[in-house]
This record gives sequence, structure tokens and C-alpha cells, in this order.
Amino acid sequence: MPYWAELTVIIFLVIAGIFGLVGSFGLLRLPDPMTRLHAPTKATTLGVGGVLIASFVNSFGLTGVLSTHLLLITLFLFLTSPISALFIAKVHLHLREKPENLPEPEPETGWASYAAVGPTRGERDFPPETPSEQVLPDTSH
Amino acid sequence: MIATALTFATACFSIGLLLNLWRLIKGPRHSDRILALDTMVINAIALLILLGIWQGTSIFYEVSMLFALVGFVSTVSYCRFLLRGDIIE
Repeated sequence: MPYWAELTVIIFLVIAGIFGLVGSFGLLRLPDPMTRLHAPTKATTLGVGGVLIASFVNSFGLTGVLSTHLLLITLFLFLTSPISALFIAKVHLHLREKPENLPEPEPETGWASYAAVGPTRGERDFPPETPSEQVLPDTSH
Repeated sequence: MIATALTFATACFSIGLLLNLWRLIKGPRHSDRILALDTMVINAIALLILLGIWQGTSIFYEVSMLFALVGFVSTVSYCRFLLRGDIIE
């Protein structure tokens, strides 16, 4: 393996290890759930990205072939990590927080998550829409 | 030199996995437990790829791709179950 490839692999591995450790440590040590959401979804994802780049350079240095699997895994992780964070934040907001205790949003917009019409857990008393009660247009003539 | 860096990175991600396990056991609320499981999946993917570098094979790329898919789907379905009381409506 050429020297530059070896050096790149080493640098990315060390950076990735530090970021992964910091992310997991932040998950353990930060005080409340919404701040705890920050550490794993950003720092740990960056750590895995570093490991994937190191593996990419390593396989290129060993065989001389660019592997596209690793770029696919990186793309998938970087796409899905914010979605997971959004879902976990919504779980926390809907199950543990009251809308009165949250910071005031911009006037006339409100919190979009609470404005949704669909049923959420513990609040499922909306009457079901039955098609028979709808007023159909008169088509007899 | 790569062996030393690999040992360092593996040690970091293994300690991270143990810290996540601590949060998973201790975590007072559902959202903390889901977050700890999601981070455990990400750390496990990193460990799998490090094992792939160590052994010089490319078989672990497919394994980690599948792991990432299953981890994302399980996180989203757990969250949807808590939010809506149902997964597929």
C-alpha cells in the first residue's frame, strides 16, 4: 500500500474513534432528553463516516478498485440519521411535554407537530368518519 | 501503524457501545431508550467495518448495509408505535 493511503487511513481512523467516543459519552452525560439527542445523531454519525472513508481508502490502496458499497452505506446513514432524530424528538414532545411549556413560536404559525389533525396516542377520541353520514349530491334526475 | 490505529478505533467504539448500554439500562424515558438503541446500531456498524479492514475482506460491507437498514426501520417503527399506537395503519 502506498504511504499516503496508509497515512490517510490512520488519520481518519483516529478522528473517527474520537468522534464516536465523544458521541456516546455525550449520550450518557448530557442532562436532559432534548440535549441528549444532539450527541449521537451528529458526533457518532460523523465517526461512522470517518470509519467508512478509512475503509474506502484502505480497499482502494490494497486492490486499486473503487468500492461503491461504502459510499452507499455512508449516503444511507447520513440520510436516515436526521429522520431518526426527528422521530425521537416527536416521541419526546408528544409523550412528555405540554404545549404550554414550550417556547413561543412565531405568531400565527404555532407548533406544526401539535397542529396535525391525525390521532396521537392518548388522544384518540375523534369520531370516525363514516361515509353513510355524508350528504351525497342528488343524482335521481 | 494501521494496526495501532485500528486497535485505537476499535477500543473507542467498544467503550462507546458500553456507554450506550449503560444509557439503555438507566434511561428514564422511552425516547432515551430508543436513542440508545439507535446509537448502538451505528456503533455496531462501525465495529463491523473495522473488522472488515482488519481481515481485509469486503463481505462485511453487505452485512453493515443490512444492519443500517434494519436499525433505521426498527427505530422508526418503535417511534411510530409510541406515537400512534400502531405501525402500519
